[in-house]
Amino acid sequence: MAVDVLGAPVKRKEDPRFIRGEGNYVDDIKLPGMVYAAVLRSPYAHANIRTVDTSRAKGMPGVVGVYTGQDFMDYNPLPNAWPAGGAAGLQNNNNMPRVLATDSVKWTGEGVAVVVAESVEQAADALNEIHVDYEPLPAVVDAEKATQPGAPQLHENAPNNIVFTWTLGNKDGTDEAFAKAEVVVRQRIINQRLIPNAMETRGDIGWYNPGNDDYTEWMSSQTPHIQRLLLTAFVTGIPEHKLRVIAPDVGGAFGSKIYCYADMAMVLSLSKKLGGRPVKWIETRRENYNATTHGRDHITDLELASTREGTVTALRVKTYANLGGRLSTIAAGTPTTLYGHILSGPYGIPNVWCEVIGVYTNTAFVDAYRGAGRPEATYVLERGMDLLAAELEMDPAAIRRKNFLPPDVFPWKHPGGLFRAPNGAELAIDSGNYTPALDKALTMAGYYEIGKAKEEARRRGKYLGIGISSYLEVCGVAPSKWIGAVGEGWGAAMWESANIKVHLTGKVVVTMGTSSHGQSHETTMAQIVADRLGVPLDDVVVQHSDTQGTPFGYGTYGSRSAAVGGTAAFKAAEKVRDKARRMAAHMLEAAVDDIVVDGGNYSVRGSADKKKTIQEIAFALDLGFDVPEGMEPFLDETAYYDAPNCTFPFGTHVAIVEVDRETGAVDLKRYIAVDDVGKKINPLVVDGQIHGGIAQGVGQALWEGAVYGEDGQLLSGSMLDYAVPRAGWFPNFELDETVTPSPVNPLGVKGVGETGTIASPPAVVNAVVDALAPLGVKHIDMPLTPQAVWREMRAREVKA
Amino acid sequence: MIPAAFAYKRPKTLDEALGLIAGDGAEVKVLAGGQSILPLLKLRLGSVDQLVDIGRLEELRGVRRTDDGGFAIGAATTYTELLDSPVVELACMADALPTIADVQVRNRGTIGGSIAHADPASDLPAVLLALEATVVARSQKGDRSIPITSFFSGPFQTALADNEIITEIRLPAPSEGYGSAYVNIEQPASGYAIAGVAAVLGHSGGVMGSTIIEDVRVGVTGVADHAYRASAVENALRGTDCSRDRIARASEQAAQGVEVNGDIHADREYRTAMAQVLARRAIEAARARSA
Repeated sequence: MAVDVLGAPVKRKEDPRFIRGEGNYVDDIKLPGMVYAAVLRSPYAHANIRTVDTSRAKGMPGVVGVYTGQDFMDYNPLPNAWPAGGAAGLQNNNNMPRVLATDSVKWTGEGVAVVVAESVEQAADALNEIHVDYEPLPAVVDAEKATQPGAPQLHENAPNNIVFTWTLGNKDGTDEAFAKAEVVVRQRIINQRLIPNAMETRGDIGWYNPGNDDYTEWMSSQTPHIQRLLLTAFVTGIPEHKLRVIAPDVGGAFGSKIYCYADMAMVLSLSKKLGGRPVKWIETRRENYNATTHGRDHITDLELASTREGTVTALRVKTYANLGGRLSTIAAGTPTTLYGHILSGPYGIPNVWCEVIGVYTNTAFVDAYRGAGRPEATYVLERGMDLLAAELEMDPAAIRRKNFLPPDVFPWKHPGGLFRAPNGAELAIDSGNYTPALDKALTMAGYYEIGKAKEEARRRGKYLGIGISSYLEVCGVAPSKWIGAVGEGWGAAMWESANIKVHLTGKVVVTMGTSSHGQSHETTMAQIVADRLGVPLDDVVVQHSDTQGTPFGYGTYGSRSAAVGGTAAFKAAEKVRDKARRMAAHMLEAAVDDIVVDGGNYSVRGSADKKKTIQEIAFALDLGFDVPEGMEPFLDETAYYDAPNCTFPFGTHVAIVEVDRETGAVDLKRYIAVDDVGKKINPLVVDGQIHGGIAQGVGQALWEGAVYGEDGQLLSGSMLDYAVPRAGWFPNFELDETVTPSPVNPLGVKGVGETGTIASPPAVVNAVVDALAPLGVKHIDMPLTPQAVWREMRAREVKA
Repeated sequence: MIPAAFAYKRPKTLDEALGLIAGDGAEVKVLAGGQSILPLLKLRLGSVDQLVDIGRLEELRGVRRTDDGGFAIGAATTYTELLDSPVVELACMADALPTIADVQVRNRGTIGGSIAHADPASDLPAVLLALEATVVARSQKGDRSIPITSFFSGPFQTALADNEIITEIRLPAPSEGYGSAYVNIEQPASGYAIAGVAAVLGHSGGVMGSTIIEDVRVGVTGVADHAYRASAVENALRGTDCSRDRIARASEQAAQGVEVNGDIHADREYRTAMAQVLARRAIEAARARSA
């Protein structure tokens, strides 16, 4: 019986428990003898710490310990797992966080001391009784200003606050193309700082078990296996096999839970210090705003060279990437590898030169946030295409169509080496067919009939605009030799793993190295396995996120779990089928080659009545009373899969907006998305990812922004001042697709988790700029708040 | 997000509550819906020794019509209860109430709590100013009526004494044929008004078009350190025909005489401009609704 489950819109297995409030998050876990940690954080953006007096706090009710940075000097600073430039020897001026700051603080929110108490409330109360004597220092929050002469200096080893200067592309060809260019457009483009805002804040429980002399840590993380590796190999000195890491249900992350955080090491040390009492630390929302990573924060000078007919000949960008007061785990890799390589987008721009200056400032650290480098690149490029169209008085759709790579060039390598790693390993764009997605989106939007709507809006005192964003995403991040230590410098490989056990009763347990923080792995990975093994979906359970009992894996980010982890599950299922087929041949006394597999049925060719089901085969094999010579009992197979390439989703999004001429308020009227994410394991889950991604990207375009004062205070320090989008602010998204299966993996799938966030900001900004084009507006920086739009209109509107 | 320890009292009667807040010394605050004070306490931006919870006192809840045809609103009436009450016959109330925060806040937050908190950007003060509400406050000494125009005195500051609890907000009956409206621009994160304007227009009979508008009241919130009446706008329109041109010209004075706020969401220039735009829109809408 074949089970038609792969590609079906089955409802998520996870949802009932989440909807009923029966999930199991870190803060739901209560252990005997547990104590609670609270961290005192710096109120200054930049200061030297003279003294920390903890004596009064130690005497507060319920307090079992108060510690400062000096108490954790047996632990190393956190690692920089992804230096910019990889093995090419590029200088990275590293300043990594320690468990707590010791002699100075670099941003408001850096941890200075920790209280452990019998209750959360007692710990919070005792924080007020710690007295820190600070020597405040001048602060700088703007990345470009931080590199200027006279700027406050954060670190002795980073002159002018520069972490690195990284370059990519062909400089000579680019310079020559600009020298010969018939048309050049230039624009400074700000990609503002964002706060990820996962619904569940971060948190950890550390437990030292004196009986076994080993440790267990529960954490809200996207990468439990990597955290065990980093915490043991680089930070704590605990042997790797003496630490078990568990990420229970994780309530969102958007990248902010990829990293190794100071608190993860802190709770291990505290539990050891306290003789094995489990120590729980749960981040408050306020801490989430100033002590968990932020995203984006680029200042980019863009230049595009073109012919008069609109063929783009070169692109040059210089980007200041604000990385905060110290480096997060992959802070250096995000604005370099994940940004520069994608700058040519779906267009075959032959000459690209990219310079990225990573900068320290007195702000919270910045790292990968949903899209991670690709939204920044796509925003620069898609704004650039509209700027060029305006300069040439061309249709923005036509200029995109003219520059798209044609469908017959794939696999396509960039002639300027844009996808080449420092070790020479080079990626090619695996597949693509960009024009049909653009055309479909334009048809859905009524693009060429928009003039009437514009006139009608003008009569109502509104400016109506339409904006296009044609994006190319690179995701399913792999392969190891390209991105690993000798390639781009990510200090690890990029394969994934899956183990499948078919137990005696025919029930299937899948354990995986990749983990879910909302992506529905329990459903989608089960669909892959149920399809390959021909068993009911309900007979498959997928387990992940516990280093004890799951094979090693690199985790979930870069939209890689389906393409890489899913393929590992597929490969493991293939191995199970192979072994089951050999066992079936033994049971049916036939040659292996004569066994025909149809779903879960294994029959002898030509005699369909001679058959065994996968359940019967598993029962016999797991008992092991009678197995073929040389075959091990138990139906149990593991696959490790290193993808030969990334996957390259693409598509076109179109936004239609109305701008209030008097207030500047932007009303998003329609949003159309045509995405090509290859084959779909579960279209419901895919649509959910696209909806969430669009909402997050539109949030950046219109509302969100982390704002620091000149003194380094986070002015948008809570949800009262940082506008996380609400569902009611959006129109119904109009989704459609084209399907170009990825040739990279046997499932034909690509990543989808980040496409919406990558595509939507330029679509919305282009729409607003189009609306205001009659006034001569060329560009407005995000977020397009009513004030920002009003100011631009007011500066240009000719008084009648 | 954990407040410092405080005592919590839930008196069974208003008299008992008045007794609890009458003492000197200890920092005592009144809790109604908790939508303003609890976040302050949880963020440790403020602290109290004792909270006196009046949110469940039935005598403070509900809306009744007064003999003069107006309304008396119990101070602990929630926004959701107001939305389900006849006060939405007042168009400016019907405009304003759904824009306040979100469903959860409207289910808990109360009208009395809101004005006692006196956030300079909350919506209702503008509406209550335009409606010429009266705040009734009670202490152990008895009741005191405070005209809304002298109630708000600064950011988070009111004419309320420490030993007083708001019991009622009274809205006089609107004049015959009046029209009213509230329009605002929200700060998207908080839902508070970057600027919000309520207008109530009344006339003394006759047919619109040839009518002289005798009564013009314009309340503005979000713009200055507390909600205020835009008297310059009112004076420019009172006794006129309130033509579109006249409304437009008058509205340019919507922020006259006040110190305009600036913050990360809107600077002084934008707030001033929006006070003008919204004043014009509110007055035009009120005029269109007047009969």
